[in-house]
Amino acid sequence: MEKEKIVEMRNIRKTFLNNVANNNINFVVYKGEIVSLLGENGAGKTTLMKILYGMYTKDSGEIFVNGKKVEINSPKDAIALGIGMVHQHFTLVRTLTVLENVILGLPSPKGINLDFDYARKRLQEIIQRYGLVVNPDAKIWQLSVGERQRVEIIKALYRNINVLILDEPTAVLTPQEVEELFKTLRIFKKEGKSIVFISHKLEEVMEISDRIVILRNGVVTGERRKEETNARELARLMVGREVIEVLREKTSVTEKSPLLKVEGLKALNDKNLVALKGISFSVNKGEILGVAGVAGNGQRELEDVICGVRKPISGHIFLDKDEISGRSPKEIIRLGVGRIPEDRMESGLILDLPLYENLVIEFYDKPPFSKGMLINYKSIKRFAQKLIKEYRIKTASIDVKTRTLSGGNLQKVILARVLSQSPKFIIASQPTRGLDVGAMEYIHEKLLEARNNGAGILLISEDLHEVLNLSDRIMVMYEGEIMGIIDRSKEKVDIEELGLMMAGAKRRKVS
Amino acid sequence: MSWPTIKLEKRLPPPVWFQVLTPVIAVFISLLISAIFILILGKNPITAFYYILKGSIGTWFAFKEMLVKAAPLILTGVAVAIAFIAKYWNIGAEGQLYAGALAAAWIGMLNLPLPKPVYILLVITVGFIAGAIWSGIPGYLKAKLKVDDVVTTLLMNYIMIYTVSALLNGPWRNPVTMYPSSTPIAQNARFPIIIPRSRVHFGLIISLLAVLFMYFLVRKTKLGFEIRATGANPSAAKFLGIDTIKSIIVISIISGGIAGLAGVGEVAGVHYHLIRGLSPGYGYSGIIIAMLGRLNSIGVLLAAIYFAIIINGAQFMSITLNIPSYIATVIQGITLIVMLAMLLLFEYRIKIGRSK
Amino acid sequence: MNTGFWTLTFWVGFLAATVRMATPLIIATLGETFAERSGVLNLGIEGMMIFGALAGFLTTYFTKSLWLGVLVATLSGIAFGWLMAFLTVTLTLSQHVSGLGITIFASGLAYYTYRAAIGSPTVPPTIKAFSTLKIPLLWKIPIIGPILFDQYAITYIGILLVPLAGYLIYKTTFGLSLRAVGENPEAADAMGINVYKIRYTALLIAGGLAGLSGAFFTLAEFNMFLYDIVAGRGWVAIALVIFANWIPSKVLWGALFFGSIDAIGLRLQGTAIKVPFQVYLMLPYIFTIIVLILIARNASYPSALLKPYRRE
Repeated sequence: MEKEKIVEMRNIRKTFLNNVANNNINFVVYKGEIVSLLGENGAGKTTLMKILYGMYTKDSGEIFVNGKKVEINSPKDAIALGIGMVHQHFTLVRTLTVLENVILGLPSPKGINLDFDYARKRLQEIIQRYGLVVNPDAKIWQLSVGERQRVEIIKALYRNINVLILDEPTAVLTPQEVEELFKTLRIFKKEGKSIVFISHKLEEVMEISDRIVILRNGVVTGERRKEETNARELARLMVGREVIEVLREKTSVTEKSPLLKVEGLKALNDKNLVALKGISFSVNKGEILGVAGVAGNGQRELEDVICGVRKPISGHIFLDKDEISGRSPKEIIRLGVGRIPEDRMESGLILDLPLYENLVIEFYDKPPFSKGMLINYKSIKRFAQKLIKEYRIKTASIDVKTRTLSGGNLQKVILARVLSQSPKFIIASQPTRGLDVGAMEYIHEKLLEARNNGAGILLISEDLHEVLNLSDRIMVMYEGEIMGIIDRSKEKVDIEELGLMMAGAKRRKVS
Repeated sequence: MSWPTIKLEKRLPPPVWFQVLTPVIAVFISLLISAIFILILGKNPITAFYYILKGSIGTWFAFKEMLVKAAPLILTGVAVAIAFIAKYWNIGAEGQLYAGALAAAWIGMLNLPLPKPVYILLVITVGFIAGAIWSGIPGYLKAKLKVDDVVTTLLMNYIMIYTVSALLNGPWRNPVTMYPSSTPIAQNARFPIIIPRSRVHFGLIISLLAVLFMYFLVRKTKLGFEIRATGANPSAAKFLGIDTIKSIIVISIISGGIAGLAGVGEVAGVHYHLIRGLSPGYGYSGIIIAMLGRLNSIGVLLAAIYFAIIINGAQFMSITLNIPSYIATVIQGITLIVMLAMLLLFEYRIKIGRSK
Repeated sequence: MNTGFWTLTFWVGFLAATVRMATPLIIATLGETFAERSGVLNLGIEGMMIFGALAGFLTTYFTKSLWLGVLVATLSGIAFGWLMAFLTVTLTLSQHVSGLGITIFASGLAYYTYRAAIGSPTVPPTIKAFSTLKIPLLWKIPIIGPILFDQYAITYIGILLVPLAGYLIYKTTFGLSLRAVGENPEAADAMGINVYKIRYTALLIAGGLAGLSGAFFTLAEFNMFLYDIVAGRGWVAIALVIFANWIPSKVLWGALFFGSIDAIGLRLQGTAIKVPFQVYLMLPYIFTIIVLILIARNASYPSALLKPYRRE
């Protein structure tokens, strides 16, 4: 390889508590290339790049930029060395304007006074040169997700960076927006800038990269030029074995009877904008209805309404004969809804309470767990012991603070709590996000088991593979509407069509 | 310029002995820091601390006086602790104490023809209700209308203290002495003395019952679980089906009621009439006691006794050594800060001076 | 002083008193605005004001210099601001409890120091306090002159601080960083802003202004140090920040509004309306609570308020 090395990271090691996130990683970025860091969630990709960007301090190892050894202690150092990063969770200040966000943290040509005129001129230049259209005076909270990402990229360009790190940039974009992003990235490459593209999506990585570095469990498991590899090999390097499709047995419930009926449901989001535009659908007994769609198209609000934490402005939700919309979480739980929320750390569990209390928190006030005003901790602990054995929850004891459990085990706690009540209907939102493969398979298995036992399940997931693997029917949501429902007992899924529906480019008649 | 050279690193929970020992270490460190302020006056802190101990537990008489002080401190400590567990930031125990005192004095001054036990029960009930109302208002405002509880409870203190002052300088002024203090309450409304030849009154028993009540509430009841869940993460608790609004309102009422009982004790057990300056800041001390006691019932009891020793002993030491008795307040402030800093060690390891 | 209720003299006197009474609130609230804009609720403000009142008084009492008193009061506030920053920013401790701890500590220390320095004489010692500073020519303008241009020097400083704070917050790089840090410290950090440095700076400003505000009581409003001289004005300032929606210009109006309530009490005491004076003393607190209730739902708190920032 004759190309010039821009960045070289040698023997990088980083641990969090007892968890090794990066174990002696070597990683190089050459001038004018797009290199992908491929790996599953938790493989250590983001950690490695946050070290390069000065957000994490490495435990050991060395970093060279343009051949010189450097110490990067803060993002400021990184930016000064020409390294910029667009984070998965945008680092924008919602209440500030685009322009203010772009110049945030930079010295001003006018000393302590901000110089908006100068900044505006440079911003316009960048917008024109790269076609990154955005209104400089809009407040961030007024922008769409795609626009926000553009602001992030503009921010980096404004700082004259040579190396741009993008952390899972496509996760929040429609396929069409992804194409636009890729176009922009190719312009950068042509200009001699280097791009580090963090992803766990094989197709994208194969499309955009020149070179691919694969991480697994904190170590590099391989490095390939795009021409010399294929998706299958990359998947093996990433997962450690061939990817197995989850076997979906035919559902055991043969008669199709609607269990959950949603009728004309309208709801607002946190900004008081209409997020659900009067949708209607139903979930049958013994089936998994998967909801596909790019994040932010009303899935969250749908979840909230069904879970009882958001009041709809109109419409109904019936579980069998019972109306559940507008009811409190407690009543909804009592009526037989099992809830696996997207936000498991902040909604599904109270991390500072002991494990045994989290295992009963949705029904601690029912016998045998309590009587009158009193709680029977003996029976709660007995029940908790039973659950951790049954669901193989790894923990030192049931008395520890729930916070001490790992991500996969936290999700198992929720799963155990929900399934122990044999709910008629389950809503599971992003049930495996951020989990390792083992935990993911376990949770899929359990959800399928519940379905086979006759529960109806609404599965909301951004992970299209998950939706494809588990669902009996697939519903696509876009901007608060249903674009169509694909019944897999009647037809095969056309991935291209699905993508177009997710991007709002195609709509089917919903029967 | 070198900015913080202190780094925090997550750690696993420390062993139990460390957790139990924390308040003791905090007390020790805060006394060391407080010693500086005594040294500045050119006095010997060891002597000062000796006189503090002597003046509060050194003699049987002093010990009994210390118990008189301990009763309201235990009550305000419990009141604040149960509120803080639910993250209802009740900084208003002082005002609630005065509300209870005012109500007790009012009922007591009516000279109702009631037998002693009934009259006392009535005084206690009304005092509890008065404190409960005074705390229930900010509790309701927080839970229902999201009005910041820190500010409202604090401001309610001033309103109540001015109310008491207005009454004592107006309609309730003692017509005989013309002092700004109410007329004495009925004999039958007064708490019995529980240790002969002392001022230790029934209020101490009430305060011990309050400690028991707190233990029972937090560890054995549904409400206790609900306030712990609400305090730990209100939005998750709500999601998981707990009525957080009800939990906060109920706990604000109970908390204020218990603080009100402290005021009842001062009126019905110590002074027998309502006076200005009834409380030398018992309500605020309750905050420190709750924190030093780590929001735990037994911890609150021990912390309250510790501060009863400090506050009472400081008076004695002040007279003997001519060191201002406000050293007790200084110690309280420092203890609160030190204890808070110690709690940090449960979650983090502190590394000093590695970054540049 | 048996001025009639509807006379011009009454109203001029009332409005002048309003501006005077608003002074410590303007200064302290501007300081608190900086603290909260950076994401830190400074409940130590009451204690910092009490200690500032004492530091200003003692300095002037011993040196006879009023301006030295003002300086020392401000510096003492800065010192406590630093302590608050150390506790909440460096050690990431609870802002609620740290602030209350500082208030208890600082107020205790103020009374302790006063006793140690002065003892407890029956008549509290006094100093020769600030007299009003008549702005040449302007003070002669009818009505407006006596209201606005016959005030204490600290009052003028307080009023000038309003545009200065607005300029700092909206027009400078520091202000932009400050707003970003209080809204989204992770984002600010990612853009190379030193979150700790900004929060320290904000708390030093907040502390200094709290100390200065406290000095107003002992060096201008009164000429002595009294127990409870600040009487919860710090807590009113905390409420005022919410009322002003964290915007300096609105702080001015809010403080004048509360100053007017204070002034009404002062004025009505001298009139025929017979109400215990404690009721007037209560008014600002009652109004504060009512205002908090009215605006609680629409208050746009800085998103990072109360949240300690820890870098991994």
